[in-house]
Parts: sequence; C-alpha cells; structure tokens
Amino acid sequence: MPKVVVLSEYCKSCGLCVEICPKKILQIGDKVNQKGYYTVTVTEEEKCTGCTLCGLVCPDLALEIYK
Amino acid sequence: MSKVLLKGNEAIAEAAMRAGCKLFFGYPITPSTEIIEYLAKHLPEAGGTVLQAECEVAAINMCFGAAAAGARVMTASSSPGISLKQEGISYLAANELPVVIVNINRTGPGLGGLGPTQSDYFQSTRGGGHGDYRLIVLAPSKAQELYDLTMEAFDLADKYRNPVLILADGFLGQMMEPVLLKEKKEGNLPPKDWQTDGCKGRAKRKIASYFLVNELAEEACQRWQAKYDQIKEAEQRWESFYADDAEYLLVGYGTCGRIAKSVVLNARKQGMKLGLIRPITLWPFPVKAFTSHFDGIKGIVTVELNAGQMIEDVKLAVNCRVPVHLYKRQGGMLPHEREILKFVGQVFNLPVRGEA
Amino acid sequence: MQKVFGRPKGLTEIPFHYCPGCTHGIIHRLIGEVLEELNIIEDTIGVAPVGCAGFSLDFFSCDFVGAAHGRAQAVATGIKRALPDRIVFTYQGDGDIAAIGTSHAIHVAARGEKITSIMVNNAIYGMTGGQMAPTTLTGQVTTTSPYGRDNGVAGFPLDLPKAIATFDGAVYVASVSVDSPKNILQAKKAIKKAFRVQQAGLGFALVSILSTCPTNWGMSPVDSLKWLQEKMIPVYQMGEIKVAEEVKGL
Repeated sequence: MPKVVVLSEYCKSCGLCVEICPKKILQIGDKVNQKGYYTVTVTEEEKCTGCTLCGLVCPDLALEIYK
Repeated sequence: MSKVLLKGNEAIAEAAMRAGCKLFFGYPITPSTEIIEYLAKHLPEAGGTVLQAECEVAAINMCFGAAAAGARVMTASSSPGISLKQEGISYLAANELPVVIVNINRTGPGLGGLGPTQSDYFQSTRGGGHGDYRLIVLAPSKAQELYDLTMEAFDLADKYRNPVLILADGFLGQMMEPVLLKEKKEGNLPPKDWQTDGCKGRAKRKIASYFLVNELAEEACQRWQAKYDQIKEAEQRWESFYADDAEYLLVGYGTCGRIAKSVVLNARKQGMKLGLIRPITLWPFPVKAFTSHFDGIKGIVTVELNAGQMIEDVKLAVNCRVPVHLYKRQGGMLPHEREILKFVGQVFNLPVRGEA
Repeated sequence: MQKVFGRPKGLTEIPFHYCPGCTHGIIHRLIGEVLEELNIIEDTIGVAPVGCAGFSLDFFSCDFVGAAHGRAQAVATGIKRALPDRIVFTYQGDGDIAAIGTSHAIHVAARGEKITSIMVNNAIYGMTGGQMAPTTLTGQVTTTSPYGRDNGVAGFPLDLPKAIATFDGAVYVASVSVDSPKNILQAKKAIKKAFRVQQAGLGFALVSILSTCPTNWGMSPVDSLKWLQEKMIPVYQMGEIKVAEEVKGL
C-alpha cells in the first residue's frame, strides 16, 4: 500500500503538495518543526496511490514516497 | 642553456611556458600584447591553451577557474585592463588561488598613453580591489629579470596560494635584450589538496569566499593576515648598489632602478657617497633594506615615474627620520641621469659638476 | 515496500535555504537526479552565481566553485579548459547571467564552450530583496520599478535563450518551466539532454528555467505558480528553441 513519509525538518509549509495531491490527503498539520513551520501531514493514507506528484512539486525534498 | 635576444614581453611569455604554465587567458592591449601573441604561437605546441577572452574581466575569471582546477595559469595586460581585473583579483586573493598576473604599466589615468610609467604602484601594492588583501608584487628592471621573476612568480604563487603580480612598464616590455633561458627549478611546493577537479576517490571540495557569519569572516581575515605577515617576513627582496658606505641613497625600482645605477656611478666618480636601494619586491616592501645599515644615511631621493607613490613606503621604512625627496617624471617621459644627479645636489646642497 | 521517490545522490543532505515555495529547490532536485543518473557526480564541477543560488555550493554532491556575480561562465570556461574531460556546469539566476553576465553568456555560446549552463528565470533579483531584472515583465512591480516596469524607461524583458540560440556554438538551447508536474518532467529531460550534450562534447548547452519567487512577487507559493503560468510563459519563447543536427542524434 503506497505511503508518503514527511521529513518534517525539511518542510517549509509552502502548501504546493497540498494543492497538487489528486486525493486531497495532504494537509498542513498543527505540529511545528525546529524552524517554526507547521509541517504537512498525510491524512487518509489508505487513499494514497503513490503517484509521487507531491514529491515532484516539493521544493525541499521533504517527502519520500514508498510503494 | 641558450641565450637569445628577446623582447621583454616575449621573455615573460617564454618564462611562463618553461615554468609549466599551461593556460593563458588574455585580451589585447598595448604595450603588453606580445605576451598573448607569443603564447598563442608557442603554448599550444607545448600542450597548453591560449584563449583570448571577450574582455579582461572574463580573462581574470577564467584564470580563477583554471587555478581552482589546479592548473598553472597566467594573464597579462596593461593598466586599464588591470583596472578591469581588480574585482577578480580580490576574489583570487580571498579564495587563495595561485595565478600570475602581469601588468605592463602604461601612462594613466584614463586612456592614457603607451609610454612607460609606474603610476599603478598604489593599485598594485595597496590593492585596487575591495577588501584587505595583498598580492606579492615583483618589479623586474631588465629582460633577464622579466624572465627570472616570471618563472619564480609561479612558485611563489603555489608556495603561498596567492596571486602574484609582475609590475613592469612599457619600456621594459618593448625593449629587446639578451636573455638566458634557464630551466624551471624543481622546488618542493605544497600539494594542491584543495583543487576542485572532481571528487573521485575523495570528499567533495568547495572554493568560495562568502562569509555570512561574522566570526568566520574574522577568522578568515586573520588567516589571510597571518599569511601576509609570513610573506613579509620571508620574501622581502631588493638589490643594494654601493649602499653599504653611502651617505645618500637613491631608491628606485624597474626602469628607474636601472637608470639610478648610472647616477650612482657618476656620483661616485665625483666623490659623492651615493648608493641605491632597488626594491625587487614592491609588496612586501623591502623595509629590511633600510633598517640593516641605516645610521650613516643623511638623505634619500626616490626616483619614480609617477606623482610620488613608492616614496610613502620609503618614508614609512625610515620612519621619516631622514629627509626623503622625490624626483619624478610622468606621462611616459624618462629621467636622464644628469637631471637626477643635479636634483640630488640641489636638495642636499652637494657639489655636482654639470657635465657628469 | 520500495522507495519510489526521494532525495537523489546528486544532492547532499543539507536543507535548502530558499524561501518556502521557491522552485529553486525543484531545479536543484532535477540536477541532482541528472548527475546521479548520468553517473557523473565525481567528474563534475559546478559553478555557483551570486544571488539566492549563491549558497548552492553546499547542496550538490559534486565539487563546487563560487564565482563573482555574473562571472560563472567565465570561471567555468577556465575550469573546462584546464580539465577538458570533466563535466562543468554553471547554475545562475537571471540577473547573474542576463544582466551583469551577458557578455560571457554570449561569448561562451559564440565559442561553443563545452559547458552546460542552467539559467533560473524568476523575473526579479531575489537575494537583494526584489529589484527589477532584465527579465522583469512589462508592468511588473518591483522595488526598483515601483510603478511597474515602464518599457519607455527600463526597456523590455530580455529573452536570453532566444538570443543565445542564434550563436553557432550553442548547439542545444531550451526554455522550460517547473510550474507543474508535467513541465517539471519536461524540464528534467531538457537538463539531462544539456548534460549529455556536454558529455558528447558537442558544444554549448543552455537550459533556461522559469521559476517562482513568492517572497518578492508578494504572492503565496500556489498563486506564484499561477502568475508564472499566466504572465511569464506567454512572454518567453518556450520549449527546445535550438537542437543542432548533431544533438538530434543524442
């Protein structure tokens, strides 16, 4: 079952992945990383198809995708 | 070892090749152009590359790249071209890259003329670029020295990981003289364990000169200053000519240093105890030449082809404890031996026979 | 489970310093992937500009050199002439390559210098806080065109790739964008081809990449992508502007 792993210390809360996810399962969460960014979080992981669009548009390599 | 008749500029080019210089980046400008012309003809045969850049700014930055890659590299120009290279030279100093730079000084400021002057002394020894940096500055006074000092410049550049400047003038660059074509001395120079030539089999390397953390910036400045102090201690060079028993001294480098020798010989014929200190390194300025036998000196005249620049270093070297006067010509004019001797007589009211 | 997407070997572990949503980071990833896929990390020397990407020396796994503003292509020329068998590329912003560095941009193309240049076009000077660049669009507000770029005063947007394509030594010139997944994949193809052109020693290759600057455009990262699509893409000639014969065979 495909999975997205958020490397939260790299995330800058830019929201580009949230916008692009076809399943709309990425949200800006309420946890803050060391730099003070609210990092992205995967909500309904079971809906993830492993399409990697989120990874493609992430400017900070904050997402790893497994399939 | 063969002895050949060479134009000054060509002696520089030949010396560079024999020193193992494999890359030359330049741009035409009188009176230094024979350097790129000579190398364009001969360096490829020796397996090197000569590239005429789109401008002097490009040329000095090409030298930056070649030096970063670990190659022996040289550039040459004249005054206006050297002005264009100043930012690049500051970057070479900050990144501690060994590059040999030749300035065949012509008259300035502005477009200037082609005659020989020494009006780039301040720019060369104080640095025309930004920041606290220094270049080792060598001042040849004849074709043989153009050859020898160019060859040595490459070793000094590698020894200290610092750009080295050869400061000559249009007269020296254009004059033909016999030159002994000496072979490169095999010195034990430090390995280039810093060059960025691809990280195969080693950790990645970086060559950059930005310091956004003040503490690191200060550390870098201290490191550079320590190097410059080391150079000041080890590399001061000068020629002392009839100076040991002298009461009066001439100080002059390059073409002026050469003319000054005739003045000294004429003076001695008239019983005047005149001597010459001829700086060979302009930076580090040869302060030691003045401190070693200083007590007997009553007065100094510096002979320069500018409005009076090296005179400041001489005053500093003697702490102004002795009157220092300037005899100068500008605009490409050269001083005649007689006028210099007449001037020495006037300022120190010494008897000088006119027809000397 | 297998990792199907992550940090390429061509990049180090060091987090980027770019602003949130700045697409410099995507371009870095594409180059990092190309360096890894062509197996040239150990043979490559990169040359960084002065600008936002002036600190990119730490992000790539290959040797890197920091050039003075605008001089990266001249520095790269020196490296390549010293080490003809290495891969040398420059990574430059639009101000670096198309303003102060223009003379070198023209002459490396005219000489057919066997290097690869990546130009990141975000229509503004980023690091210094949002000033007008040669690539700033007509009417675009910046700190030095506060009433919008006026063609009568500050001229017209400069399409460097279009100009570079006219020089015989430039054998591959492309203008791409990283505003959408589709375009990102296209951009990677162009970057990879530009490096393969150098591997084959065919001549000079330039890839210009439209990129966003949310902070200085004064927009959110998502809106910045839309602005790029609506405003920038129509102004610049996109796609593979020049593919010399010998490059077609690659």
